[in-house]
Amino acid sequence: MRWFWIDRFEKFVSGVEAVAIKNVTFSDEPLDGYFPGYPHYPHSLIIEGMAQTGGILLSEPGEFKQKVVLAKVGKAEFHRPATPGDRLRLTARLVNLQPDGAIVDGTVDVDGQVQAELNLTFAILDDSFGKEPFFVPSDFCRVLRSLRLFEVGVHPDGSPISVPPHMLEAERAALAASD
Amino acid sequence: MPTTEEVFEKVKEALVDALGVEEDEVTPDATMVGDLGAESIDFLDIVFKLEKAFDIKIPREELFPDDILTNSQYVDNGKVTPEGIAELKKRLPWADLSKFEDNPRVQDFGNLLTVKDLCSYVESKL
Repeated sequence: MRWFWIDRFEKFVSGVEAVAIKNVTFSDEPLDGYFPGYPHYPHSLIIEGMAQTGGILLSEPGEFKQKVVLAKVGKAEFHRPATPGDRLRLTARLVNLQPDGAIVDGTVDVDGQVQAELNLTFAILDDSFGKEPFFVPSDFCRVLRSLRLFEVGVHPDGSPISVPPHMLEAERAALAASD
Repeated sequence: MPTTEEVFEKVKEALVDALGVEEDEVTPDATMVGDLGAESIDFLDIVFKLEKAFDIKIPREELFPDDILTNSQYVDNGKVTPEGIAELKKRLPWADLSKFEDNPRVQDFGNLLTVKDLCSYVESKL
């Protein structure tokens, strides 16, 4: 099963804010099985989508080299269900970034109506959790490209963000290996 | 300047919010880790909430003297040496270290901090 609960980035300001879109569709497998006869997108997956949006937001300044995990859901208030056809707009704001963790405030809206309000705390793991990255850099870079991160991403001064050199290198190596 | 009581109320609010504990559990003598169940990641949240509530900056090393506790100059056989204790007192003048001094095992330090200590620390920053 694919474990991406956002479809693409719509806005990304490095170290500040990220806005991602998730289109809810009846073909999403968890929808009908979660509550048969009343298809709605599970709240837990909305939290995960916000964790992915926020996690990418907080790890981009460090070129995605840190190991970031969702450690705590401080707040998760849902004001309405998300149903097939809804277009969720997930806005994550980085409110605090420390060497060992970060806090993200999140809002989800559908057609301008607030659907959910979230507060997430992330842990940034040190090398005692292993030196290897969580994701294969070339694979992760492909996902970030697919989410259009590098098309919409800018620094606070408006200049575009770029693909981290180590990821470009990993992509080249992966391509060379597949020849 | 807020009164001691006002500081306590605001600290209590931050702890209730961050740890999901009941208001009456947050007593001055309650330990953060043992009594209130705070885990390491909660401190990130607590520190952030306190910074916002009191409009102060909390440098991490002022609350968590990890550099002292991992310094071989101040630790011997898992216990903090008298020099280490002196260093801790200098760094954390607001903390009550009297109980810890009786048996200063490094592993017990994490459970030292009480709600009262946290309030004293905040007051020292105001």
